[in-house]
Amino acid sequence: MSVKDYIRERFFPHIWCAGCGHGIVLNNLLRAVGGLGMSKNEIVMVSGIGCSSRISGYVDFHTLHTLHGRALAFATGVKLSKPELNVIVPMGDGDALAIGGNHFIHAARRNIAMTAIVMNNRIYGMTGGQYSPLSGPGKLATTAPYRNIDQDFDIVKLAKAAGATFVARTTTYHIQQMADILRQAILHDGFSVVEILSQCPTYFGRRNKLGNAADMMKFFKDNTTPIGSKAKKENPELTERGIFVQNDLPEYCAEYDKIIKKAGGSC
Amino acid sequence: MARPKLKEHHINREWCKGCGICVEFCPKKVLELDRYDKAVIAVLEKCIACRLCELRCPDLAITIETQDQIP
Repeated sequence: MSVKDYIRERFFPHIWCAGCGHGIVLNNLLRAVGGLGMSKNEIVMVSGIGCSSRISGYVDFHTLHTLHGRALAFATGVKLSKPELNVIVPMGDGDALAIGGNHFIHAARRNIAMTAIVMNNRIYGMTGGQYSPLSGPGKLATTAPYRNIDQDFDIVKLAKAAGATFVARTTTYHIQQMADILRQAILHDGFSVVEILSQCPTYFGRRNKLGNAADMMKFFKDNTTPIGSKAKKENPELTERGIFVQNDLPEYCAEYDKIIKKAGGSC
Repeated sequence: MARPKLKEHHINREWCKGCGICVEFCPKKVLELDRYDKAVIAVLEKCIACRLCELRCPDLAITIETQDQIP
């Protein structure tokens, strides 16, 4: 396969900064979709607002670019009316967990079949580098010049607690794992959450003196480890990556069909 | 299975933004940035067609073709 078969070439080069991790997510998402052999017509991508959400403009699927934080709400509407389509919802950390935090937990609770990708770069890039709920304490941002005092979310724990039936984490450094996890998440019949640690060299990296894009990716390499590894036992500071949850629970659209039948309607 | 052999390593200069990720993570140090900050091939003979540059390029600017590839 060629990734060019799945993109809208007329919009390239894309708007993301040099070294932005979101481009790597786009690259490997397309390879994951290509590997599944799905037709472009069976996929709907719904996004909200932010750097990450611009991804929907570049892919040649059915796409919706919607309101800030509300991508999952729009996606729920799409999925309920056309359950046969595969719905992918790429979001940024702020879009998914600040503005769209409520939609996020309830979509997870309902277990509606869609793939929520949280491209976590720990900052609001598009609007100029304000801190997000994922920045974490001690970090610098344009709105935290004396360092951030907010604790950050753990997306995996949050998604797990909210009831998502597929929860995984990977990084832009671990490209093979990323494509593999995305493939499994798309195939999962339920609400899948994939957190991808992504680098924002322009705002998060530069302000926090983390070096260039490659340096930030090396940080992901050095500070993450597979789930349950020996390294994690020796150094609890490491962030685990891999698939944390993979459960089978009744899927929302299938349950809704049963209600329609019970009420005497046709679907 | 035999290791795939490189047929062509293509870099789209129009799309490359010169972030240097491909240069940094190439295991054989095949690539470098030129004076215009675009990725270029320094030593093509060393390329083992592992595709790490292609898969990590945020700009989708790199395409690797191998000899066994079905077009």
